[in-house]
Amino acid sequence: MSELHTVNKSPFEKSSFDSCVEHVLEGSAVLLYEDGVYAAIRGTAAEGKVKSAQGVKFYALGPDLKARGLSGERVTDGVEIVDYAGFVDLAAEYDKVVAWV
Amino acid sequence: MKFAIQINEGPYQHQATDSAYLFTKTALEKGHEIFRVFFYHDGVGNGTRLTTPPQDDRHIVNRWADLAEKYDLDLVVCVAAAQRRGMVDAGEAERNGKDATNIHPKFRISGLGQLIEAAVQSERLVVFGD
Repeated sequence: MSELHTVNKSPFEKSSFDSCVEHVLEGSAVLLYEDGVYAAIRGTAAEGKVKSAQGVKFYALGPDLKARGLSGERVTDGVEIVDYAGFVDLAAEYDKVVAWV
Repeated sequence: MKFAIQINEGPYQHQATDSAYLFTKTALEKGHEIFRVFFYHDGVGNGTRLTTPPQDDRHIVNRWADLAEKYDLDLVVCVAAAQRRGMVDAGEAERNGKDATNIHPKFRISGLGQLIEAAVQSERLVVFGD
């Protein structure tokens, strides 16, 4: 059973990103959106957690990065930037959607 | 694919309602089905027809209503959450002795069973909240 986990909180504000990466299983994915996109930024404390999650794909919502003045170059290697159509595709691709709200 | 959407936050307060709208609109444009949009907790505020935002701001309530008109969406407001927050339709006004209604005609007030049914009937439940 593969899952799409959605995280909408900054890792510097709430612990939902940390909880998510501790629970996510190999073969699943994490979509970072709203303030969750801050976890996708290179050079932050979140970068290591993103890189050390084995077999887990990470995505960040492009419009929410842009809304916060964050360009694609600042995003951690391996994190794929998607738009809303990509969000919908991911929700359909994985067996269920787990919202860390 | 059949989606159900749950929204827990009010308009103009949290990005959740914008994210939910854009997800729902995109899913419909891609040919997916939205079985139901369920407004829970402060999310019930998305359904008031009395909202009047500044002209240069998005009209969140009408935006949902326009999407419902175009795609025949089922927009359901949780009754218990609505009662607490003063969201009233004609039936609730009569039952609780209120002198006005404020629900937008494209929304309807119903029970939590509608969320459970949506979760059961849909292939995915996507939750937007704080």
